[in-house]
Amino acid sequence: MKVAQALIQQDLSHLALSINSKTDSDVERALNANTLSLDDFMALISPAGVPYLEAMASRAQALTRHRFGNTMQLFVPLYLSNLCANECTYCGFTMSNKIKRKTLSISEVLTEIEAINDMGFSQVLLVTGEHETKVGMDYFERTLSAIRDKVSYLMMEVQPLKREQYETLKYQGLDAVLVYQETYSPQHYASYHTRGKKQDFLWRLEASDRIGQAGIDKIGIGALLGLGDWRVDSAMTALHGKLIQQHYWQSRVSIAFPRLRSCEGNDTGGNALTNSKLPNERDLLQLICAHRLFNPQAELSLSTRESAAFRDGVMPLGITSMSAASQTQPGGYSEPSQALNQFDIDDNRSVPDVVNAIAARGLEPVWKDWMPFKARA
Amino acid sequence: MLTLANHTFTSRLLTGTGKFSNATIMKNAVAAAQSNIVTLAMKRVASSSGQDQTLKALRELGVTLLPNTSGAKNAQEAVFAAELSYEALGSPWIKLEIHPDQRYLLPDPIETLKAAEILAKKGFHVLPYCGADPVLCKRLEDVGCAAVMPLGAPIGSNQGLQTKPFLQIIVEQASIPVIVDAGIGKPSEAMAAMEMGVDAVLVNTAIATAQNPVAMAEAFASAVETGRKAFEAGLGATFSQAQASSPLTAFLEPAV
Repeated sequence: MKVAQALIQQDLSHLALSINSKTDSDVERALNANTLSLDDFMALISPAGVPYLEAMASRAQALTRHRFGNTMQLFVPLYLSNLCANECTYCGFTMSNKIKRKTLSISEVLTEIEAINDMGFSQVLLVTGEHETKVGMDYFERTLSAIRDKVSYLMMEVQPLKREQYETLKYQGLDAVLVYQETYSPQHYASYHTRGKKQDFLWRLEASDRIGQAGIDKIGIGALLGLGDWRVDSAMTALHGKLIQQHYWQSRVSIAFPRLRSCEGNDTGGNALTNSKLPNERDLLQLICAHRLFNPQAELSLSTRESAAFRDGVMPLGITSMSAASQTQPGGYSEPSQALNQFDIDDNRSVPDVVNAIAARGLEPVWKDWMPFKARA
Repeated sequence: MLTLANHTFTSRLLTGTGKFSNATIMKNAVAAAQSNIVTLAMKRVASSSGQDQTLKALRELGVTLLPNTSGAKNAQEAVFAAELSYEALGSPWIKLEIHPDQRYLLPDPIETLKAAEILAKKGFHVLPYCGADPVLCKRLEDVGCAAVMPLGAPIGSNQGLQTKPFLQIIVEQASIPVIVDAGIGKPSEAMAAMEMGVDAVLVNTAIATAQNPVAMAEAFASAVETGRKAFEAGLGATFSQAQASSPLTAFLEPAV
């Protein structure tokens, strides 16, 4: 578990001090470096980096276009189940929330896939709450075998699994696994995750090692911004990405920057969470540009949590993968309703509207970027 | 004329389809480059290939399609991708790309050689993307490749001919065409490669991500043509010092 071991050895209070003590000259050095160190990344996301946002955006844009060309990958999340055996104080699926619980049957999943294909998507992210007994390997295997030939690239965001389980799913055609650490601070983590298996910080942190060992094509990481110090969590995310690239060099890294949203039982973090921890849009742009400069090859992904105006603005600057017209409740594509959402989305535009916005910025939407490689194991 | 697997082509500039803003710009750039051979990633081709905008544009241009196996991480996957491309496009041409390394997309020499042998035996015209390794290029030739495509620099890097001394050896030793595949960022670098005697170059990123891809494609077309002309004309040798007289051997001449 080389990646997790290296992450755990980081002293987070030292990182916070270091980020807050960065100066203009640290930022300028970072902006002019050919290969950026983690210290450079911290300078770019530091308060000292704020006045340099335009220069960062310009460099981020050039690097992104150079590496990824004038393209934007499009994917859509498919919520399979909102059952959850965890208590996470920021999430709409949390166990104690009295919401209607729903797990799609295989025939309902197929109806959803059909609706998704009709929207034009073939790159699909399967999402569930974490309920190992009712939504576990058996369900995943049945789902994958039912839908695999209907999607070109299959991603999953579910509870952390064992290495052998990832290998089994890879054999069935799983291409990518996303496991967001939420926060890299064990203390903060413990305060938000109060019941259930998700309380096991290390099991979650070690997931990227198990995914890498299983040889999955893409590993998605990220912190839920607003839970802890977003700058420290982002520095840890950046380091996490580099460590994955170093140790599991055959896997691609995808980084997301979800900001905490309001959901059922949590009004924009009103009760348990303090809004002052949330990065604003300017902070978020600074963060996206810093990730691009630090890691020119990483996929940077942006969801519909963010506003249409922000998504349009940041589109050419560093983001390489986007979702569109997302529904965050099980069954939402074939039967839209707001009752069971995991969180509220902001960019509610239709697929054609998002596609037009992408084209208007000189980018070509990419709907398919993979072949149905069988038996990758 | 460039000859590959008994087919002749007038242009020595191969282009690609990735990284363009849209299919129209891509089409206009390929036309401006006057390319006869254009590579496209099978992984990007829509499942119902009849609806694919890139394919449609290329078919209108009447170019030879060179499907590539980009995304494949080992020989088995590359062979699968090649077979899929034969099914979808009916083309025997295949640009073999196997890059398990996800950051610099460097080709895996061992898997590439394995896949090349299998595909050549199946009757494909195999054009392998490979490192600028002269021995590997000879081995690829031995297993029946139609050409070799060594890299000038990491793909998409626009760093130019970083591997020049090795490319020179490859050109000298090869009895199949040598096409420099990756890293060419400027027309002058394409010209330099052609002057060295490589048979053709493939340029994608430098055209697709230029501010004006169509004008850049034209610039590359003329650079490739000029470089080839210079090679065929027989470049004079270069010396670091002037060679005005024969001070060391003049004593052999009879005294006047």
